[in-house]
Amino acid sequence: MSVSAHEAAKPAKGFRLDLKTAGPLLALILLVILGYSLNPAFLNEGNITNILTRSAFIGIIAVGATFVITAGGIDLSVGSMAAFIAGVMIIIMNSAVDAMGASIWTVLLGIGSSLILGIGAGFINGFLTTKGKIEAFIVTLGTMGIYRSLVTYFADGGTLSLNNAAREIYRPVYYDSFLRIPYPVWVFIFVAILGWVLMNRTAFGRYCMAIGSNENVARYSAIKVDRVKTATYILQGLCVSLATIIYVPRLGSASSATGVLWELEAIAAVIIGGTMLKGGFGRIGGTVIGALILTSIGNILNLTEIISNYLNGAVQGVIIVAAVYLQRGSLRTRRKKAD
Amino acid sequence: MTSAEGTSGPAILSANRISKSFGEIPVLFSVDFDIRPGEVHAIIGENGAGKSTLIKILSGIEQPTSGSISYDGKTVVLPPNGEAEAMGIVLIHQEMNLAEHLTVADSIFLGREIKKYGFLDLAEMRRRSAAVMETLHVHVDPDARINTLPVADKQMVEIAKAISRDARVLIMDEPTAVLSVGETETLFEQIRRLTARGVAVIFISHKLDEIMELADRVTVLRDGQLIATVGTEALTPDSIAQMMVGRELSNLYPPKHEPDIDAPVVLSVRNLSAPGVSDISFDLRRGEILGFAGLIGSGRTAVAEAIVGLLPKSAGQVEVNGKPANFTDVAKSVDAGLAYMTKDRKGRGLLLNVGLQPNLTLLTLKKHLKNGFLDGKSEEQALDRAVRRFDIRARDASVRVGQLSGGNQQKLMLGKTMESEPDIIIMDEPTRGIDVGTKQQIYHIIAALAAEGKSIIVISSEMQEVIGLSHRVLVMRNGRLAGRLEGAEISEAEIMRYAAGIKQDGDDERISA
Repeated sequence: MSVSAHEAAKPAKGFRLDLKTAGPLLALILLVILGYSLNPAFLNEGNITNILTRSAFIGIIAVGATFVITAGGIDLSVGSMAAFIAGVMIIIMNSAVDAMGASIWTVLLGIGSSLILGIGAGFINGFLTTKGKIEAFIVTLGTMGIYRSLVTYFADGGTLSLNNAAREIYRPVYYDSFLRIPYPVWVFIFVAILGWVLMNRTAFGRYCMAIGSNENVARYSAIKVDRVKTATYILQGLCVSLATIIYVPRLGSASSATGVLWELEAIAAVIIGGTMLKGGFGRIGGTVIGALILTSIGNILNLTEIISNYLNGAVQGVIIVAAVYLQRGSLRTRRKKAD
Repeated sequence: MTSAEGTSGPAILSANRISKSFGEIPVLFSVDFDIRPGEVHAIIGENGAGKSTLIKILSGIEQPTSGSISYDGKTVVLPPNGEAEAMGIVLIHQEMNLAEHLTVADSIFLGREIKKYGFLDLAEMRRRSAAVMETLHVHVDPDARINTLPVADKQMVEIAKAISRDARVLIMDEPTAVLSVGETETLFEQIRRLTARGVAVIFISHKLDEIMELADRVTVLRDGQLIATVGTEALTPDSIAQMMVGRELSNLYPPKHEPDIDAPVVLSVRNLSAPGVSDISFDLRRGEILGFAGLIGSGRTAVAEAIVGLLPKSAGQVEVNGKPANFTDVAKSVDAGLAYMTKDRKGRGLLLNVGLQPNLTLLTLKKHLKNGFLDGKSEEQALDRAVRRFDIRARDASVRVGQLSGGNQQKLMLGKTMESEPDIIIMDEPTRGIDVGTKQQIYHIIAALAAEGKSIIVISSEMQEVIGLSHRVLVMRNGRLAGRLEGAEISEAEIMRYAAGIKQDGDDERISA
């Protein structure tokens, strides 16, 4: 085969790839332009901060979901898990206040228990999937129901509210800022950077891609498949726990309605960002953009009267399907070329 | 166009001055090809010679960039997506296209089910499937699910499917690559039956002896050019091989260096039992090439996988360099300097949808960590080294491994295995489905490794290969070691006797000799 032909073909290919990775970013930019033209208030500092803060919950969870999905799994339990962790956190903090009064230690105890619960819940999902050899979809569908009903049970069908004194101490975690950026956004940025490094610059990230791409090849390449897969679920649990830690001070309560459909929003953010649902290819940057896109849609609908805010879910649905269709399309053209 | 020598009569399907480019890359240059009813026409060439592209064009899956196709004497444009099947041109892919969970009868009638009052007439489809199987003299239950069938039977189902569609031209892409000797013989009988009925058969194979046995004419392609179309009687395996590679292939197998009988035993296996194998004992010495021969399914792969910890052992002891090495985990085996290279390069060896570099370093990623993070530069250097050492040819480094030719995939997999710097390498079918030129390269690499003092086990279903490479040969049959051959005893006939169970090895004392 002639060398010159290959060299000629090379730059074109690089450009195609760039276009593909930039796809979600282009979509976000278009959305921002659309939002601004519909209502200039969209780009007010207050509104941008609002979008970023609200993206943080889904975004942090979605970073964890990127690992699970890249390694060929799925976690449907994250929304219920968040509600469950929030509920248990509140119960623990309230009894701590009863026992020794409210202090910074109350909040730290709550945060600590959240981390342990998140890691534990993730481990259970991972263990049942790998050692139990049950499909991730089934396992997490089961744990989703369990966590949701547990939080309803703890709240006795109502709402669990955080003790007011503890809430006052905890409040800044959601409402205060550092360098004019709210703490939840800092956590989001931190998680996203860490996630990106983990996915792209460590053996763990490479192993996730290999397992999602072909589990057999991973096994024959001396990768401890079960361990890596379990780790992705633990990472997911940790992300849910972090999201819950910044979510609880927002309302200071948890109920059976907390975190409803978060699992779908998180998965949607991952998919819109260009990660393949069947695994093998994960993009943290895309996931972050995906979360921003989802939140921006809701925000734009709030700011304009063209489409009812009640149609938020419908618009998000259209965007998800369109994003996946476009990815599929670009894959198909590439495959044709490959043959 | 002028028809080549050989059988007479008008061609049923012919390609006239076909050229094909993908993007800017030409893969076929003005190739002529034709086939007559009742003829077997083989297409051979190295990987990347354009064989697959040619048969895709002949079956309508790809359209030629220039040139024309004639069918029954009329110039036609073949419909894409396998619709040419309705015209009687059926392509059987190398990776068979059967839905794993359907039954045999379902598969045969897939897409043109027989219906009665709008509902599937299962009984009729079953009856007709059985009838087709009957004409083929194949005993496959029409109700069996495809995923329960051995590969050879799946192929028979594909053939039955083609026949039930009244195929006039049957195109087969390396049908024997995954078949054992016996199964290949059965397939050839089927092909002869089909040609006797006037069906034209085009087939691709890398096995020259098969081509000599079966084909009436042979078309040789090299680098997208038609080198020759010749009647088989005018050919010898050597002359075909020469046309394929365009150079002398005098020494396919490198000379064997003298094995050192005093060399230390590096791998010792005693009474190993695992799923599908029982009571396996053997020694491997430093610098030795040990061949594992036997029919497909005789348990050779299971032995290898049990040794490296991919399969659980039920009994037995393994020692590496005199130390117990009962691995339960491949990672430990790799760490101990014992690497296994799978025969299933597409399903178990390589990630087809990613590039060369992640594949090369996947087994040994820990070597490329700097302060806990992946060092891209170190990975790149590893790829550069491997590309040079194993002569891996890819368009560029970003090309996905699934797009490489089988030979280059195999060399990449060899590179990946050797990245772990093993002292003992178990190679399972190291040259399956690759061209003669690459085979020769791999044989020389294997011999060079042994000369360096590495110890190698070669599992192969190609007897010539086992004989050409090995210092000693073990023959397996039904999960047991049936025979051990050394030096002058190693011959095709002797291996076959053990593999087929005509001869049994009773004297176990020789293991430790």
